[in-house]
Amino acid sequence: MSVVALKPGYKGEVLDRVENFHGNQLVYLHWEDHLSFCAALAFPLPPDMPFGAILKDVLPPFYGMHPDWLKIDWSSVRWTLDGKPFTPDPGRALRDQDIRHKSLLRFWTPGLKGPRDSCS
Amino acid sequence: MPATKKLGLKQKYALMTRGLDWETTYQPMEKVFPYDQFEGIKVKNWDAWEDPFRLTMDAYWKIQAEKERKLYAVIDSISQNNAQLGITDARYINAVKIFIQGVTPLEYQAHRHFAHVARHLRGVGPRIAAQMQSLDELRHAQTQIHTISHYNKFFDGMHDWQHMHDRVWYLSVPKSFFDDAVTAGPFEFLTAISFSFEYVLTNLLFVPFMSGAAYNGDLATVTFGFSAQSDESRHMTLGLEVVKFILEQDEANLPIVQRWIDKWFWRGYRLLSLVGMMMDYMLPKKVMSWAEAWEMYYEEQGGALFADLGRYGIRPPKHEDVARKEKDRISHEVWAIFYNYTHAAAFHTWDIDDEHMRWLSEKYPKTFDQLYRPRLLMWRDMARAGKRFYNNALPQLCNLCQIPMAFTEPDDPTTICFRSSELGGDRYHFCSDGCKEIFDQEPEKFVQSWLPVHQIFQGNCGGASVEDVLKWYHLNLGADNLDYAGSPEQKMWDQWMAGRHVAQAAE
Repeated sequence: MSVVALKPGYKGEVLDRVENFHGNQLVYLHWEDHLSFCAALAFPLPPDMPFGAILKDVLPPFYGMHPDWLKIDWSSVRWTLDGKPFTPDPGRALRDQDIRHKSLLRFWTPGLKGPRDSCS
Repeated sequence: MPATKKLGLKQKYALMTRGLDWETTYQPMEKVFPYDQFEGIKVKNWDAWEDPFRLTMDAYWKIQAEKERKLYAVIDSISQNNAQLGITDARYINAVKIFIQGVTPLEYQAHRHFAHVARHLRGVGPRIAAQMQSLDELRHAQTQIHTISHYNKFFDGMHDWQHMHDRVWYLSVPKSFFDDAVTAGPFEFLTAISFSFEYVLTNLLFVPFMSGAAYNGDLATVTFGFSAQSDESRHMTLGLEVVKFILEQDEANLPIVQRWIDKWFWRGYRLLSLVGMMMDYMLPKKVMSWAEAWEMYYEEQGGALFADLGRYGIRPPKHEDVARKEKDRISHEVWAIFYNYTHAAAFHTWDIDDEHMRWLSEKYPKTFDQLYRPRLLMWRDMARAGKRFYNNALPQLCNLCQIPMAFTEPDDPTTICFRSSELGGDRYHFCSDGCKEIFDQEPEKFVQSWLPVHQIFQGNCGGASVEDVLKWYHLNLGADNLDYAGSPEQKMWDQWMAGRHVAQAAE
């Protein structure tokens, strides 16, 4: 790693290493085409949590107020994990499907683009 | 005894700013001036420094003392005449809250670091210029505190700005910007603050705030702004002189300076997105749109500046094309952040009325009606139904600028721009190529970013609940935060205005 520093060999402390999150890892989730939620959401989650719990327990309290949320057909949702196409297995743990610390999961819900297709 | 001839300005400046120091012998010069070489900038002749103002300390004190006298006379009159009643609307004060929380602490930081630079540059000319700027910056911090304190008697969110600056999530944006500058070497600091910020971008900070204040009856802000104006023009000149001086000293300095210009243009531009939001959404009486300000103060004036610097081999900052593409949307995207998280902020946001939407539609014909009006209408309808939209999860932040990752792809305003780097088995996320490239240049620095969202999850911010964190921020819950509608401030303002109408009817 590089830096312009007075002291040769200067090292910076990695503030967000996974050990600092008390057994959790960070996961970012983003519902595409719904920018009334201004950015992706960040969650500290246990690595052995099954993926299905994200859809059932983690997201609904936060996305549920959007009129599109209940219209989602989950069988047609398209996912990416860290930029690559991804097919989640609801029964398996996050760590077992390569969802790592600070991974980004984005999902597209076909036919749903917020009020007047404004991507809100 | 023959009368001594009075010295000319040039002679006086030469006598009082040159030949004041010496080559040290007890200690090597490198130990006395440890900071001015590690960045790789080569200086052959420090005396080539020219101060176009030729200001000496005795003249400086006289000028500043006169400005202080005027300023404090106006402050007395502001207080005696209840100037808080003269503003256009209480919503306006939220722009002042952002200023005292986000900008005033940077003035103080600038004071400290210009003092450091004034000690550590080897050349006496730039040292004196930096010393005067250090004093200016302290004066600016003080005058802002003294003028804005009048509003603090009546309005919320301004009672603990220093404490908030160090802790509150959105204030980590200006704080980390300046932390980056003061932890760099002296030449990068000068290129960052004096050149990129004070010269290239300052009009986009001060003109909107000061004109916004003038348009909205805020005499206090106009007063400190006016008192700072001549200092600012001196700072701008210093900024340009610094860059020209470095470039003229050695051609090997060019790529280093270019990299700093690229970096600090982008950092400054990202920081100014908060000002864009203020201009387009928070001023009851509008001055101009963010897009118009960007065109006038960056595209036109900046274009001329970089054309001029072309003779040194400097090209315009990288990613200015991205800023051009983003000008029709960043203010709307940043407003969305604060509307989402106003329950966790020390200022208010509110629903946008039809008249304001008409103005936005006129100023942003390419984007507003299609992308942002439906969003604002949905939020307004939800609020009217008693379900005001708050985002109760925490947002993903850019690891570099620390703004929530709300900015969209340069060529697609409907898709968030996600960029990332992998390093040492860890992943780092960025809002833009500009932020990613700054990280990639110096990862050892930015792996240390104190990202408020991650710090909350690590348990370092007062507790696990939102309320714990807001108390740790020293937010006065139910007054400083939440929507303007229903706030104690709105109630107070409405009572003042009702009183005024009764008084007018009686006359």
